[in-house]
Amino acid sequence: MTTDQQSRERIEASYPKDRTTLGGPRLGPVGWARWAWRQLTSMRTALALLLLLAVAAIPGSIFPQRGVDPVRVRQYFDDDPGLARWLDRLGMFEVYSSPWFASIYLLLMISLVGCVLPRMRQHLRAVRAQPPRTPARLGRLPVHRRVVLDAAPDDVVAAARAQLASRRFRLREEPDGALVVAAEKGFAKETGNLLFHLALLGIIVSVAVGHLFGWRGEIIIKEGESWTSGAGTFDTLSLGPLVDESDLPAFTVELNDLDVQFEAQAEGAQFGQPRVFRGVATIEDDGTERQVDFGVNAPLSIDGTSMFLLGNGYAPVVTVRDPEGEILFSDAVTFLPQDNTYGSDGVIKVPGADPGLGFAGGFLPTLDISEAGMTSSFPGLVDPALVLTAYEGELFPEGRSQSVFSIPTETLDQVMQDDGQPSRMLLRPGDTLEIPGDRGTIELETVIRWGGMLVRHDPGRLPALLFAGTALVGLVLMLGVRRRRVFVRVHPGAGDPADPGSRHTGLSVAALPKGTDPGLDDVVDGLVDRIAEAVGGRVVQTDRASDADVARDDARDKDEV
Amino acid sequence: MTNASLAQASDLAIWASIVVLALAMLAFSVHLAVTGSRRTRRADRTTLEEVPVAAGAGAGAGVAAPTGSAVTSPGPVLAPASDAPAPSRRWGVVGLQLTWLGTFLVVGGTVLRGMSVARAPLGNMYEFALFTASFALVVYSAWSLRKDRLWLGAFVVVPVLLILGAAKLWWYTEASQLMPALDNIWLVIHVTIATLSIALFLLGAAVATAYLLRDTAQRKGRVQGWLAALPEAVKLERITYGVHIVAFPLWTFAVMSGAVWAEQAWGRYWGWDPKETWSFVIWVVYAAYLHARATSGWTTRKATWVAIAGFACIVVNYTVVNLLMTGLHSYSGVAN
Ligand code: HEM
Repeated sequence: MTTDQQSRERIEASYPKDRTTLGGPRLGPVGWARWAWRQLTSMRTALALLLLLAVAAIPGSIFPQRGVDPVRVRQYFDDDPGLARWLDRLGMFEVYSSPWFASIYLLLMISLVGCVLPRMRQHLRAVRAQPPRTPARLGRLPVHRRVVLDAAPDDVVAAARAQLASRRFRLREEPDGALVVAAEKGFAKETGNLLFHLALLGIIVSVAVGHLFGWRGEIIIKEGESWTSGAGTFDTLSLGPLVDESDLPAFTVELNDLDVQFEAQAEGAQFGQPRVFRGVATIEDDGTERQVDFGVNAPLSIDGTSMFLLGNGYAPVVTVRDPEGEILFSDAVTFLPQDNTYGSDGVIKVPGADPGLGFAGGFLPTLDISEAGMTSSFPGLVDPALVLTAYEGELFPEGRSQSVFSIPTETLDQVMQDDGQPSRMLLRPGDTLEIPGDRGTIELETVIRWGGMLVRHDPGRLPALLFAGTALVGLVLMLGVRRRRVFVRVHPGAGDPADPGSRHTGLSVAALPKGTDPGLDDVVDGLVDRIAEAVGGRVVQTDRASDADVARDDARDKDEV
Repeated sequence: MTNASLAQASDLAIWASIVVLALAMLAFSVHLAVTGSRRTRRADRTTLEEVPVAAGAGAGAGVAAPTGSAVTSPGPVLAPASDAPAPSRRWGVVGLQLTWLGTFLVVGGTVLRGMSVARAPLGNMYEFALFTASFALVVYSAWSLRKDRLWLGAFVVVPVLLILGAAKLWWYTEASQLMPALDNIWLVIHVTIATLSIALFLLGAAVATAYLLRDTAQRKGRVQGWLAALPEAVKLERITYGVHIVAFPLWTFAVMSGAVWAEQAWGRYWGWDPKETWSFVIWVVYAAYLHARATSGWTTRKATWVAIAGFACIVVNYTVVNLLMTGLHSYSGVAN
């Protein structure tokens, strides 16, 4: 039987797993520092930190995170400002960059380094060292067998060495005529362990590199539109702390076509789910031009950056004319989807009019008029309609920046219809409507799509992948390989003390596992059988080591020394 | 395009499997009860018979403790020949055969579902549940071909029934095509390995539960009733560990392949989305289990509780996170 606790401690007795017991107080500052270091690098502390890390990660899935979903964080502040402020003070909206979360994983990293370094040194020594000397009392090892063979002692030793060597055990060099064999295998287990833990460090460092030297920008590109990258041309841009705007590469992307399709067949929750997001773009960098397909799961790769299609929506192409028929405005206007049916909001600003004209409203890809009002019933373009109300006045009050998705209603007056109601226009593609009050006309020519693109540069990405692969290999080695020591002792003339000349040779095989190793009994049984087979000797007697044998082992051990 | 009659056949197969597995659960329970009570009785009888002898011979060296030590022989415990035909094993074998039939039905239902939509059936929560149940049953069935695992049957069939029942009642999603983010080779790799490792963690948690129950009974010296039908605590603990060291690297790979896929689909390999967060939590908790088991000063009992906590996190990840938390991984397909 393998007894886990004992054997695990025995095979690597020199490495104390629980190093907390080593430090002693009353040692002055240096002693205390050493004691603290041992506490930190002990296995128990690592375990506590791991459990703490798991618990600490959970709030980030419960509360909205600024980096992921700033809108919901703002919502939280609106709903319950008092609570939100407290949660914010505790870092609940930025769990993964909060000091307390960082302190847990930094401590874990330090603990890891403190744990791995001494183990590496020790492992290097162990790999170079010979297997240890055969212990005195094989009967005390967790697995042991004893048989008596009808064969010459030298042959048995040779067979044992050959058997163990063929099983890729490393053998201890013994003097000629020695009646013991000491063998060891499974160093890959510890190698895997070290590889795994070091690779974890590597992953963390890679993530940090990606954070420091990486950047990301977002940009909406309409079909047919061409966009050139650069610090000022992104809708939003966030640079890592060590990135300069001048580091951004310059390239041009033209969105030739965007194909988006939705589920029209299935019913229930699947109806209207997106089915195809695909596009074609023309890329120009370093003076070369190429046309490529891209889509969700198939990003564009340009000049060390990747460009991902993350969102999409509709851009109605609108033309506004003054009462004389002069074109004041003609462009595709980005509308932002608000829900799964792509009911979208947007504004049209016509500063060329005097006074300025603004339109706010919704775009509905599939118009559905019910008592609840106008909604979209399907995200695809089945019966598209643009619903607008007009405003008039100061479109760009000085000194204030404003979003392209809103108009400053406080400096504008709503345009009224002749019946005194607020103006309301419903346009389908091809429609042209009068703007009330003889302010000209508005025409919906057609509707095109836009793609929301994420451009990202992450130099830590590839290293992180390589370290992750290394960690996986290490893990499989650490958990899959068995570290075992096998000891063999041959007892000449055993079994029949009355007849010392007989070839009744005793064979003891014992094994020591590291950790749980249920297969070890089979290994020892197999070894005994194969050795017996190899020497052609018949098994005279099978026995587990008895006390008498152990006593004899002791006696013989003294002889050998 | 979806094929309605195949989808219907799939639904039927799953309903049928639920019925068959419910019967298997009954058979396994009877098996545990019968085997347990027989062993308890035998242990009692041994005590009754042997105590006088031992006393008479003056060698009372703890021959027969009434704790069921009479059944500590390793390997499959077959009913001894001395007692007439072994009714205990018969019930277990019936349970096992029903489980094989149930496995066939669940796997068949899953395959039919995949054929009905002409893709790997891994697109929504209902399909993940079918996959997990299939894997758990297939692994258990294959295992029971090589080793005597009749005692484990009830521990596996009950959670599988819960999964299938919940899938049918609450997570059912009509067969349909995939959303574009899911239409990717990494979907097949990532979700297959994830469901496989979840199935293994489920088996691990099943054995861990058996271990904790049996160990408690052994400590109290009262291994009675159906608990007597379980193997020794030490053996159960070793099996628990053995299952987890297979499941853990698979889960590690599942998380990593998810990161590769996230990089392609969303432009970042890790973003602390709720699903990612919980996958990380699960990973860390199971790493803690492996550590706890290797840490002196932590009993295997306490370590096993950490493994159970890991499985609790899997359940949370599968239910609460899928259905209640908003994130990019909103693929449950369940209308709300
Ligand atoms: C970043 C966090 C860590 C993770 C995810 C991690 C993960 C693991 C895993 C999965 C194992 C396999 C256990 C087994 O062999 O059954 C392991 C083993 C081990 N870890 Fe860690 N580990 C971490 C940090 C540490 C630290 C900080 C230390 C040092 C104090 C440490 C020391 C060890 C040792 C000594 C083993 C071998 C246990 C044995 O002998 O079986 N680990 N680790």
